[in-house]
Amino acid sequence: MAEDILSEIKKDYVLSKLRDEERIDGRKFEDFRKLEIKTSIIEKAEGSALVRLGNTQVVVGIKMQIGEPFPDTPEKGLIIVNAELVPLASPTFEPGPPDENSVELARVVDRGIRESEAVDLSKLCIEIGKKVWIIFVDIHALDDDGNLLDASAIASICALLNTKVPASRFGVGEDYELPIMDLPVSVTSLIVGDKFLIDPTRDEMSVGEKTLTITVDKNDNIVAIQKSGGYLLSESLFEEVIDASIRAARKIREEIIKYCSKIC
Amino acid sequence: MFKPEKLIFDGKRIDGRTLDQLRPIKIEVDFLKRADGSCYLEMGKNRVVAAVYGPREAYPRHIQDPTKAVIRYRYNMAPFSVEERKRPGPDRRSVEISKVSKEAFEAVIMKELFPRSVIDIFVEVLQADAGSRTACINAASVALVDAGIPMKGMLTSVAVAKVDGVLVLDPMKEEDNFGEADIPFAFLIRGDRIESIALLQMDGRMTKEEIKEAIKLAKKGAMEIYQMQREAIMKKFLEEGENG
Repeated sequence: MAEDILSEIKKDYVLSKLRDEERIDGRKFEDFRKLEIKTSIIEKAEGSALVRLGNTQVVVGIKMQIGEPFPDTPEKGLIIVNAELVPLASPTFEPGPPDENSVELARVVDRGIRESEAVDLSKLCIEIGKKVWIIFVDIHALDDDGNLLDASAIASICALLNTKVPASRFGVGEDYELPIMDLPVSVTSLIVGDKFLIDPTRDEMSVGEKTLTITVDKNDNIVAIQKSGGYLLSESLFEEVIDASIRAARKIREEIIKYCSKIC
Repeated sequence: MFKPEKLIFDGKRIDGRTLDQLRPIKIEVDFLKRADGSCYLEMGKNRVVAAVYGPREAYPRHIQDPTKAVIRYRYNMAPFSVEERKRPGPDRRSVEISKVSKEAFEAVIMKELFPRSVIDIFVEVLQADAGSRTACINAASVALVDAGIPMKGMLTSVAVAKVDGVLVLDPMKEEDNFGEADIPFAFLIRGDRIESIALLQMDGRMTKEEIKEAIKLAKKGAMEIYQMQREAIMKKFLEEGENG
């Protein structure tokens, strides 16, 4: 109940600030929060990253295994993205099988990586039609202060950027770096009336869980879109959000490159 | 499924359609006896059934909202609906489709009129051939009208794909599998005009300009589907009037 009243107060505060064209934390509408990236933090994983986006924190670990390819892509490796919204990350997360929010988060991150062809899956074949590498991207939320999705997408690509294919451990040759060809960046906006706020915090989300995520590749192409939340979106606002997302993605990509030494 | 060498030939698609042509659509209102509202819909090879139950008392009680109705939407594929048998029950794809479809309906149903109740929308895919989520939304929308649920307008859904470098309306399986991008839309149509976007997803690769073009094409298709939804509903109510 106390949460409810607090969130009503926060909502009013966010909206009153918005009327003055301001955000509660002083950011511009199109600014991300401060981004910090640490890579290779889990030795046991093939690749890993811890991302802090403001107070939101996510760890992503990459594990690889050998398995069978899909029959229609016999010479390509596989990538599987999974997200766990563990109860330690938020009072609203509950233990148990993944709910619709974690499924959606994992699938939107997956789409960005897959559709931008960020990982060169053709370099992950061991024996055509029989043995390929399977990449497991496991997203582990630690602290949800809003926009877990973008933090997870950034952490995923950063973890992939420092992934070594563990070939020697599996007795199939020497280890090699996972070939990365693109750097997709997902940009989530909170839709408030005819305005939008990029990278919303948990407090800002109290005005309503209405978001639009646009994932952009290194050539400014759109590779994934997801409208999330029960609201109606105008065509003109959609186009505005696309433009702003392309601009924001460029900035985030630069930061990722700065943190992750390997550049594609 | 083998990839055809070309998906577009001479401005025509492999099933003979033009780029901006929908697949044949068939709509039957009030298809089920037990449901409060229902609809059977075919869109090309898609065959879907939608049923609406409610507004009814929400159980378990903790899901009740004292200010408005709770909307539930369940998208489910029959095991025999696709080439290779689908394991029964929800997979991750169905969970996501159910979520975004539910949210689209939340935005158009006047749920404030029914506090503490639930409106259940169930859609079963009997046969799928790309665009099953759009077919389901179109069917569900008609079923909601059949059930007499007040809405801000009609929800009409259609996808646009990029295939061989050009945009096509309402892609079928081959175009979906081998195309470069796919955007499903659902629009709120009120007073015979498209007012806003209620569902929007995309995967693939498109430029900003292509997305703008895709919206235009989708709107054209949606208006045509909307007319068919309307006709089907009118037909049912006129028949009911005649029979007493």
